[in-house]
Amino acid sequence: MRSSVIIFPGSNCDRDMDVALKKFGFKNQMVWHNDQSIPKSDLIVLPGGFSYGDYLRCGSIASKSKIIKSVIDFANSGGLVLGICNGFQILTETGLLNGILQQNKFLNFICCNVFVKVKDKQNKYFKDLKKDVLELHIAHNEGNYFCSDDELKSLEDNNQIAVTYCGKDGTENEKTNPNGAIKNIAGIFNKNKNVLGMMPHPERMIDKYLSGEDGSLFFKNILDNFK
Amino acid sequence: MKIKVIVTLKNGVLDPQGKAIQQTLNGMNFGNVEDVRQGKYFEIEVKEKDEKKAKSLVDDMCKKLLANLVIEDYKIV
Repeated sequence: MRSSVIIFPGSNCDRDMDVALKKFGFKNQMVWHNDQSIPKSDLIVLPGGFSYGDYLRCGSIASKSKIIKSVIDFANSGGLVLGICNGFQILTETGLLNGILQQNKFLNFICCNVFVKVKDKQNKYFKDLKKDVLELHIAHNEGNYFCSDDELKSLEDNNQIAVTYCGKDGTENEKTNPNGAIKNIAGIFNKNKNVLGMMPHPERMIDKYLSGEDGSLFFKNILDNFK
Repeated sequence: MKIKVIVTLKNGVLDPQGKAIQQTLNGMNFGNVEDVRQGKYFEIEVKEKDEKKAKSLVDDMCKKLLANLVIEDYKIV
């Protein structure tokens, strides 16, 4: 499976993503934001970081960069596009995903492990995933997902909520919500479920000695579903 | 021509920074501060002599980049 990771000025999880993808057998390439086109890919990843220093709004400047037109065309033709953290923020700013990531409710930068519940498995990312709750890592200042009531209803009706913050046992409530996101939302899909944006970093959970392996499950699952 | 834009959060959208500023002001004995909403202010120099045209250009910029209409309103002043 061929993948491309897009690098923006200020991206800082691009190399971690590259390491993770290659570890599980993706043929990965790095693509600079100023390039006109993306090499043939089965998956495009927008990595985490602070593209353009989070100026104006997180992800807003990156969402207008040269390469983004190719990303949008790829997504609209059904290609898999994954945005992690700042990548999720960029995807909402392009309009590929609904809503916006606002500043965390208590104005703090959050860096910790969290549990997320997989809400939908009828898609190429989570289909046949063995677990329902994953332990992943978050590190963000703007992860407080918000959208209008109509958009939320449409996300729920179409099963577009991908993952939600929860406890170890899968309980979702205010206590297990780290940043104030509505409905504990940690990640969502577009309507066709080929575009996934999420705040947690699976690429930080790929080594059982350093962190945990639930990120490994995530990447292996994408590969398995591609075969 | 210089066009000025103010971008603010929509009514009903939580503004934690505004809240923190309000609480700080209250703590500084500005007890009569009931609410603070924080926003952004832009001064945009447009190479255009016709004010109407310049404002219409800036309006387009607001919709496409300066404001995110999911949570923000803008006002050209």
